[in-house]
Amino acid sequence: MKLSAKHLLGIKDLTKEDIQLILSTAINFKDVLQRPVKKVPSLRDVTIVNLFYENSTRTRISFELAEKRLSADTINFTVSGSSAAKGETLLDTVNNILSMKVDMVVMRHSASGAPHFLAKHIPAAIVNAGDGINEHPTQALLDAYSMQEKFGNLEGLKVAIVGDIMHSRVALSNIYLLKKLGAEIIVCGPPTLIPKYITEALNIRVEYNLKNALQWCDVANVLRIQLERQNQPLFSSLREYNLAYGINKKILESLGKEITIMHPGPINRGVELDTDVADGPYSIILNQVENGVAVRMAVLYLLANREN
Amino acid sequence: MKSIYFYKKIDLKTILSDKQVALTVKRLAHQIVENDTQLSNTVFIGIQPRGIFLSERIVTEIKKIVQPQLVQYGKLDITFYRDDVRNELHIANKTDINFTIENKRVVLIDDVLWTGRTIRAALDALIDFGRPSKVELCVLIDRRFNRELPIQPNYTGKAIDTFVTEKIKVKWREIHEKDEVILI
Repeated sequence: MKLSAKHLLGIKDLTKEDIQLILSTAINFKDVLQRPVKKVPSLRDVTIVNLFYENSTRTRISFELAEKRLSADTINFTVSGSSAAKGETLLDTVNNILSMKVDMVVMRHSASGAPHFLAKHIPAAIVNAGDGINEHPTQALLDAYSMQEKFGNLEGLKVAIVGDIMHSRVALSNIYLLKKLGAEIIVCGPPTLIPKYITEALNIRVEYNLKNALQWCDVANVLRIQLERQNQPLFSSLREYNLAYGINKKILESLGKEITIMHPGPINRGVELDTDVADGPYSIILNQVENGVAVRMAVLYLLANREN
Repeated sequence: MKSIYFYKKIDLKTILSDKQVALTVKRLAHQIVENDTQLSNTVFIGIQPRGIFLSERIVTEIKKIVQPQLVQYGKLDITFYRDDVRNELHIANKTDINFTIENKRVVLIDDVLWTGRTIRAALDALIDFGRPSKVELCVLIDRRFNRELPIQPNYTGKAIDTFVTEKIKVKWREIHEKDEVILI
């Protein structure tokens, strides 16, 4: 058994079996991370470059840790302090790095489709660590892993994705993945932040009232307002957004049932999530971060195979 | 077609029958206990996935000889320690070692010893759990030719000499109808 894809560009390209293989392999890696020696020699002959054209804390540290736990050699590249600032093209930069004998590329880029472009032009395996407003596959995989860990199975699980659906790559990857694993999805947010034809294109329900969405769901995956990607005002103020779509203790207590709160980070406290919810008992936000390393180890391990 | 089928059928050679497997397992269990009669400092580790059938049997036998609560038994998956990770994809199994192996005599248990590479990986994996005072190897079948590393078993069910082209198949009652070791 192996992955059907040579790269991890998006959840869209994966089959249900691929996703299940990644998630089951991640269980074994999570086990490794609980041991006294949290490291295995699997990728000791593999060199991986982390190309980050966009800011990141969790994803970058998580990938780097995953690579080190697999004994791979790593190089880190950030756009500030590199020749990209001098005007070098993406393809030139990557080809120069590859000529130094690098086997895999982990890339985050603000342009949607940047990793797909690279995959067409270079021989190395590419892992998408977030491209513009398109996909963030490893985040969706770690979200699925965390949900599976808590609920056992995603089949029939009711998931509400709340917030800036329009600009969120996490939302799109999650929608693809949850649909493939048989979960039910509602997206919830202000009309200006939900793509107009999402129901037609992806066949999912839209709910504009936060309380109705929370009342329906088992899990609420709350997304950050991506102010850096909004080039026009899409709602009047953050305070007003918080009043209509911010999740606080009061609204959770009014539901009369327990729901699980997830967030891909970074949290804007007091905007989409209040502090007492983010740090509260129903939040599995830090579990998501912990699982991220195991899931990324599984992805890198499965893609490093030369059979691919 | 029929003649080919017939040819294949008589070509199977039974190395150990159902009854012989039971006797061999019993002997291996006694040999292991002989060297540390109280088992006060010994732990047993079966290698995933196929070594587990044998290790379960041996541990069951040993529990008949000594006090069962003295027997510490775990399972080790060596997938991430293999030296051929990038050429062939292996799917991992569960590692389950919930005791310390520090300063213990560890008896590794696997079904067939051939090239020695699995045991090499197992030794690497084991070291990540602590420093055993001694590691011993117990196998049901020792294929003596074609060893690629200097690794020898301490306890052998049966040693056989085979060609590279031949295959050994160990069948277990848990998945097949009966216990049997055959040469194909």
